Amino acid sequence: MSIFLTENSKVIVQGMTGSEGRKHTQRMLASGTAVVGGVNPRKAGESVDFDGASVPVFGTVAEAMKETGADVSVLFVPPPFAKDAVIEAVDAQIGLAVVITEGIPVHDSTSFWAHAQGGSTRIIGPNCPGLISPGRSNAGIIPANITQAGRIGLVSKSGTLTYQMMYELRDIGFSTAVGIGGDPVIGTTHIDCLQAFQDDPETEAIVMIGEIGGDAEERAADFIRDNVTKPVVGYVAGFTAPEGKTMGHAGAIVSGSAGTAQAKKEALEAAGVRVGKTPSETARLMREVVAG
Amino acid sequence: MTRGIRCRLVDLFEYQARDVLASHGVPVLPGGVAETPEQAEAIAREIGQTVVVKAQVKTGGRGKAGGVKLAGDPAEARARAEDILGLDIKGHLTRKVMVAQASDIAEEYYFSYLLDRSNRTFLAMASKEGGMDIEQLAVERPEALARVPVDASRGVDEATAAEIVDAAGFPAEVRDQVVAIAVRLWEVFAQEDATLVEVNPLAKAPDGTVLALDAKVTLDDNARFRHEGHAALEDSASADPLEAAAKEKDLNYVKLEGEVGIIGNGAGLVMSTLDVVAYAGEEFGGVKPANFLDIGGGASAQVMADGLNIILGDPAVTSVFVNVFGGITACDEVANGIVQALEILGDQATKPLVVRLDGNNVEEGRRILDDAAHPLVTVVDTMDGAARRAAELAG
Repeated sequence: MSIFLTENSKVIVQGMTGSEGRKHTQRMLASGTAVVGGVNPRKAGESVDFDGASVPVFGTVAEAMKETGADVSVLFVPPPFAKDAVIEAVDAQIGLAVVITEGIPVHDSTSFWAHAQGGSTRIIGPNCPGLISPGRSNAGIIPANITQAGRIGLVSKSGTLTYQMMYELRDIGFSTAVGIGGDPVIGTTHIDCLQAFQDDPETEAIVMIGEIGGDAEERAADFIRDNVTKPVVGYVAGFTAPEGKTMGHAGAIVSGSAGTAQAKKEALEAAGVRVGKTPSETARLMREVVAG
Repeated sequence: MTRGIRCRLVDLFEYQARDVLASHGVPVLPGGVAETPEQAEAIAREIGQTVVVKAQVKTGGRGKAGGVKLAGDPAEARARAEDILGLDIKGHLTRKVMVAQASDIAEEYYFSYLLDRSNRTFLAMASKEGGMDIEQLAVERPEALARVPVDASRGVDEATAAEIVDAAGFPAEVRDQVVAIAVRLWEVFAQEDATLVEVNPLAKAPDGTVLALDAKVTLDDNARFRHEGHAALEDSASADPLEAAAKEKDLNYVKLEGEVGIIGNGAGLVMSTLDVVAYAGEEFGGVKPANFLDIGGGASAQVMADGLNIILGDPAVTSVFVNVFGGITACDEVANGIVQALEILGDQATKPLVVRLDGNNVEEGRRILDDAAHPLVTVVDTMDGAARRAAELAG
């Protein structure tokens, strides 16, 4: 098992014909992912050649799903058009929409998140590297060749820290690694992934990577204490990060948390999570956990 | 200046916030912004009655610091502006003052819209007890501060605004005025792509008119593509010169107060690098990271050269730590980028560089750096070890 993706996942790419979309579609195909189509209303009916594999372009997500049976969409659509593209995917009731696009206005992500409520689409991102179940499927831009399949589940706000951890623990390997993105409003949260890893029989232990800002890690800590029986190792980045002074008072009233790395570390430790001081120490802690 | 690493936000000065509110029909007092005492005098003359001269700084507590003064006539406005311009308020240099008509206040209220990231929605907050420290009010008497979630796909129309205003229990004689203002403030929030619109105080004048006397507005820089006017609202005058240079090269750079220059790829990895350097620095007399610089997932030679150039131009930097994980861009390409960057920089590269590469093709990447044998470059295999070496060289 793995979470959110399986070896049977059929992936379409919204924005496949752009330069980033094309480059990463190539990489997804190379890592064995079943990329079955692209979506671009202006290029419907064409197809794109990826080293001999011809991938058809459809006019809409709904049409692509009908023709190919796709259940996952990966989006590389530029920020001005991203909101409409996500809403189209949600309205087509695709199971998983992975929004890679960086720089989407937060009013747009809040809006597509609101639109997706009550629907059947899980959104991952925006501004995320996507997710990978090594050897099965790779939906996004995570490099496939830095790790292998195994029994650790990973959830992270940060892309490169995800890669770093996958690489450090490549001998043990991963069931699924999910980059949920660091934007203020994201679809799938730490908690969603923790629940899924808890329920996944192939995942034995979980690495959770957070960073300053918001209160997602504090909430995740509460969730772990009450719901997660598998061992969790954590890392928080941003003890010395320059987030800048927040103007006005409204923000502090709402979050109810300082949002600092220290506050997050303390919350996680209070919930029984072992928190590493550096990425390498975190990897060492995970080795100890897996060695039992 | 923008702030934030993940979400780039632009905080407006009070006078800019006032102009934005006024452009959406929110009632504000007459006034203008001045960079010289003469301009302040001219604005006061135009207003023709008692004015208040207020320092334009992006920090709180300006009143206590002497940054807000009343002036009874234009000559006095000029004198007060002279006092306030150039004032240092908590490290913020006052470059501009706002001169606004002074108003007697009968009652003070509070109203804000903001992004509630925990609940992934927007939130309206309102209180009939404004002016004072609203954070304190929220803690001591939370019932006095109404919090009403706003559905992002529906927004705030008159009916929703009335719900918010009634939840806060505004007095009947101002209710309709506040409802109308609440609708206008939502227009500001939604149409300007703001993450915060906070009016404190929202004031009732003795004649019963409700006005926004002071406001804070924060804009989302990601939305700049659909707001031609927003670029002009950025405060380039007080930006750090290194930050301004980095922005020109489209680099995500933030100046800090340390000695170890940092370059890395990916915001999370760079944040982590700052932490690891600060830990290591404790051993070497409190050496700290000098900056945040994220050159992004693909680290080309030119971007590496641009980044190194900015960092080497910082006189506070005594060593540099290049920390790259080769994922999408493999380590051999990154190593070639570093070698080429040093060639581009030539004699300008004068400070020791500690390089840590990990990830795809790492052996090849390290071999390229070893072969180049640049006298300034030390390759260290682990992130922790490299941070230690960089801190040692800086200390």
